Amino acid sequence: MSFDWLIKIGYVLLGLFIVLNYGLLQYGVIRRISARIGKRIGVKVYQPYIDLIKNYSFRSQITHGVMFYLGPVFRLSGGVGVFLFMPLIFGSEHFSNYSFSGDLILILYFLFFGMLGMALGAGEGGHPYSFIGISRGLSQFTTIELPFTLAVISLAIQYHTFSITDIVAAQQGGIMHWTLMTNPLATAAAMLSFLGMMGNSPFNVVIAPQENPIGPPTEYHSTFLAVLQTNRAILGPVEAILMVNLFFGGATNWVSLIIKSFLVFFWPVFVGIVFPRFRVDQSIPWFLKLPFVLGILAIFLI
Amino acid sequence: MENKDFIKPYYESKIVESPDGEEIKVNPLEDYFCGEAPKSHAPNSNKLWESFLNWARAESLWVLGFGTGCGSMEILPLMTPRFDAYRFGVQMRPTPRQSNVIIISGYLSVKTLKRAIRSYEQMQNPKYVMALGSCTINGGMYYDSYNTINRLDHYMPVDVYITGCMPRPEALLAGFEEMKRLIKAGKGEKANEYAENFEWYKANQKKIIKDWNMPDYNW
Repeated sequence: MSFDWLIKIGYVLLGLFIVLNYGLLQYGVIRRISARIGKRIGVKVYQPYIDLIKNYSFRSQITHGVMFYLGPVFRLSGGVGVFLFMPLIFGSEHFSNYSFSGDLILILYFLFFGMLGMALGAGEGGHPYSFIGISRGLSQFTTIELPFTLAVISLAIQYHTFSITDIVAAQQGGIMHWTLMTNPLATAAAMLSFLGMMGNSPFNVVIAPQENPIGPPTEYHSTFLAVLQTNRAILGPVEAILMVNLFFGGATNWVSLIIKSFLVFFWPVFVGIVFPRFRVDQSIPWFLKLPFVLGILAIFLI
Repeated sequence: MENKDFIKPYYESKIVESPDGEEIKVNPLEDYFCGEAPKSHAPNSNKLWESFLNWARAESLWVLGFGTGCGSMEILPLMTPRFDAYRFGVQMRPTPRQSNVIIISGYLSVKTLKRAIRSYEQMQNPKYVMALGSCTINGGMYYDSYNTINRLDHYMPVDVYITGCMPRPEALLAGFEEMKRLIKAGKGEKANEYAENFEWYKANQKKIIKDWNMPDYNW
């Protein structure tokens, strides 16, 4: 009897554990760096861990119904779903997760899945205005996905495949083979939409503390919030790894994966520190202008 | 006319017609509020585990952005480079659901007391109260005012008092350190105290708030 599937699950969980810790540390480092820019010392690097433990250790919860429970669960399964189908290390038998020939389409679906679950959950919360936050969030995320999807279509035309592993394989052999060099327009469109995907400053009006009284996470507390934080710690680095895989030649070992995804991860952080927050009626047209046009051009000029 | 009449229509149960013609019975007090009194939640029986959780609670104090009186002015500089409370794990949160510390920053008028109680009750167990300035201890310079309370701990259980009029942000930081020490020592159980002495607190609150027009417990 073969136990390969068991070993496979073990390695997937190990990868998930590594990515979760990587994400938590990365958010700590981000807050530290943005504090230094503001001439502060900032939080401890391991503060996200403490916050997570504290939120899991609250003794009471208030629920508003079944969907309210399921909202964070959907969000987390969206994040873990993206992780499950993402090949982390190219050529590695163990850290390719459940990557298969059409994984890119599935990942695009999972990116949106969490948002929808969250919308349903927050809609059932006791907050009368949460639907404003939801409609803002969903409409903004739709326009964020648009340039990214166009870039993905451009990649599919370029490489004749929807498999992330094949796309990474086609980019091997030096920096000149990266999509960044072979298809700069698609890279630009995707990196601009990546700014919105990470939910940093110019595009974070939905979850911004000042706007939080009408944002979807307002009612989420204690364990619910901890589940959302866990998802954020997984989804953030996984989205960065997706960008590394699609546009920056992937990674053949953990060191290059962490260096590349770290740099990609910091692109929205630096933009976020420099630029102030957009309102939703500013951010949606922004995505429909330059990134959208770049995405269209990427398809036609490939 | 009593003040209660002003919001009475909102609390009365009524029948609403949906766009499809379906009739829906709405009873706001039952639908939107919980009638139950707060429960006391015992700490984890495993002492080592509980002290680990207490360490996490102490190192991650999320403060509700709720300013009363003049003391809220002293909270703002805490987040600036000069004092930088983030170093100590102190962060501001905009919603009572997500925070575990409420700072009553100075004199508390009866009108604000109502909101403070609502916000406090919406926070989740364990939760901590910090009272800032002499107004929360004995009324301070407003001791004979017709409209402010004199002793805060008659209305909600206070973990840490910070004396002064006004205390400097350094005093606030020292207060946070003291609160951390108490929580780590396992003495941050005032939320349970509130639940256990709920009737006493409620009676005190109702004595001073004349237009009591909210449910007894606002979870």
